[in-house]
Amino acid sequence: MIAHVVIWPILLPLVSAIVLMFFWNQSKVQRYITVAGHGISLLASFWLALRTYSGDIITLNSGSWPAPYGIVFVADALSGTLVLLASLAAFCVSLFSVVSIGTGRASFGFFPILQFLLMGLNGSFLAGDIFNLYVWFEVIIISSFVLITLGSERAQLEGAIKYVTMNLLASIIFLTGIAILYGLLGSLNLADLSVKIAQSDDKGLINTAAILLLVGFGIKSAIFPMYFWLPASYHTPPAAVSAIFGGLLTKVGVYALIRVFSLLFIDDPFIRSTFIVLAVSSMIIGAMGALVQQNIRKIFSFLIISHIGFMIAGLGMFSTLAVIGMVFYLFHDIIVKTNAFMISGLIFKLRGSFRLENLGGLYNRYPYLSIMFALAMFSLVGTPPLSGFWPKLFLLKASFNELNWWIIGGIIAASFLTLIAVIKIWLSVFWRKHPNYVEAKKRIVWYDLPKIQKFTILLPIAILTVVSLYIGLNAAKIVEICQLIAEQITQPSLYIDAVLSNPENQP
Amino acid sequence: MNTIILKTASKYLLPLLLLFSIFVLLRGHYLPGGGFVGGLIAAIAFVLHAFANGLPHTQRLMRIHPGFLMPFGLAISAVSGMFPMLLNQPFMTGVWKKDPVPVIGSLGSALFFDIGVYLVVIGASLTILFTISETR
Repeated sequence: MIAHVVIWPILLPLVSAIVLMFFWNQSKVQRYITVAGHGISLLASFWLALRTYSGDIITLNSGSWPAPYGIVFVADALSGTLVLLASLAAFCVSLFSVVSIGTGRASFGFFPILQFLLMGLNGSFLAGDIFNLYVWFEVIIISSFVLITLGSERAQLEGAIKYVTMNLLASIIFLTGIAILYGLLGSLNLADLSVKIAQSDDKGLINTAAILLLVGFGIKSAIFPMYFWLPASYHTPPAAVSAIFGGLLTKVGVYALIRVFSLLFIDDPFIRSTFIVLAVSSMIIGAMGALVQQNIRKIFSFLIISHIGFMIAGLGMFSTLAVIGMVFYLFHDIIVKTNAFMISGLIFKLRGSFRLENLGGLYNRYPYLSIMFALAMFSLVGTPPLSGFWPKLFLLKASFNELNWWIIGGIIAASFLTLIAVIKIWLSVFWRKHPNYVEAKKRIVWYDLPKIQKFTILLPIAILTVVSLYIGLNAAKIVEICQLIAEQITQPSLYIDAVLSNPENQP
Repeated sequence: MNTIILKTASKYLLPLLLLFSIFVLLRGHYLPGGGFVGGLIAAIAFVLHAFANGLPHTQRLMRIHPGFLMPFGLAISAVSGMFPMLLNQPFMTGVWKKDPVPVIGSLGSALFFDIGVYLVVIGASLTILFTISETR
């Protein structure tokens, strides 16, 4: 049977984008179509994710070309879950953006581009071919260039230049890595490459390609020495855009690292120890950067870097336990970071500023909202029983098994610094009195919004908070899924068999 | 540019270049060519016309804003990619009509994909070029 289910999460956003483009100048109609389109994509992704949880690796040979030659789309449990979470985050951001994005940005195609971004994200999670993965990366970065520059504010353009330059550089490095692999082995299919790399004698060139891919994906996922573009750009676009960037874009890089370094370049002690060094430095440097910032979105940007370190640490240890912790952290982080940036957008709507010194008094005014914020923030830190606690527990346990004191120290120190950063936000935004309330009042649009629009802004934050609570309180179920993923990731033969001995390959 | 030679030439070159772009589009399945190159040639035809006669003139000639070609092209490409899925074939599988059509040759879903690309390329490149020359 042909598994069309794999391709729908890519095609549905494309179809919605095309429909949206037909309504180019009708920003009101576009808002309804956007939410509907993202809703349908979410359902399709949910269906795909459920199919992958049976333990099958579903593959689709596009164009009916058999596996090592044509482009394959592969959905294992990791891809399925990431597609589901990406669609969920995009759905929530679309709800949020329907109210928060003005007609000015909408008339230059904000909503279709958001759909193209989701298409690129889903495509890169499902690609079973390394060049196809590169193409989806291009789809993502071109859409994100548009999203980050739309509106052409001065700060935005400045951030965009850094973002664009670094991402283009990363693409070139990634492409060079692919070129070396293709020149050496004559294949682009990930499963086929995995087989051929294991047989190849030319370890020098293969390690070169591995390092090139590590640097390329490392820039995209903003790990330690290559992170500086992220806090320089993520705080400039509208909150809806930074929500989807912060939640998903760096995670695509992490996904690519997981895929490539679990399938292609396995058992290389040098690369593993490189990962551990990078991971521990990212954790500490990112969290320390967060401490000195005064802009909420900059604090969250630095926390992204710190938390990417946790996932890379799992990749460095690469035991079953570590992989469980790593993918669990990845899932938790997508939800929590998207939520954190949307919350910062809501704070801006309520108080008219992103800077800590201009904020205050939210707890007094909106106690229920503040509790929701607190839940999201404390799952970011990882206080039990919220969602951030469990993956950290697994990662700590895995590092205790290896007695890797660097990672143990890094995780504990980074969690502690994250806690301090979050407490700083909590103290100055929620607890203390608002310093210059009268002055900022003129920039606040919140009170003029109709009730339904207020609801549409609060709903996605509530959805993501509930999902995050669900992940934390129903961790047994999530760990079961993560175990399945860990099993598939630590045994590349499962992936290779699913792709190369697909019954459709035999004519 | 205000030269009578270019103005006169562009009047004849516009239809010729458009015909040539369709020729390149159609031969593209096995030979060099295809939707992308064809689209670029068609876009160049309009750009040349705009150089010689001024942008407003070309825009009046085109009647619609070139940007509107993009959703149409994308839709044609997407539908031609998804059409095989109705026949329970994987996405993007080439579906061919059994008997060849006169002039064009074998007719398949790949041609419609290329036509979609052709329209998107014309739309995108003309939108970019027209926007640049408008805001100068």
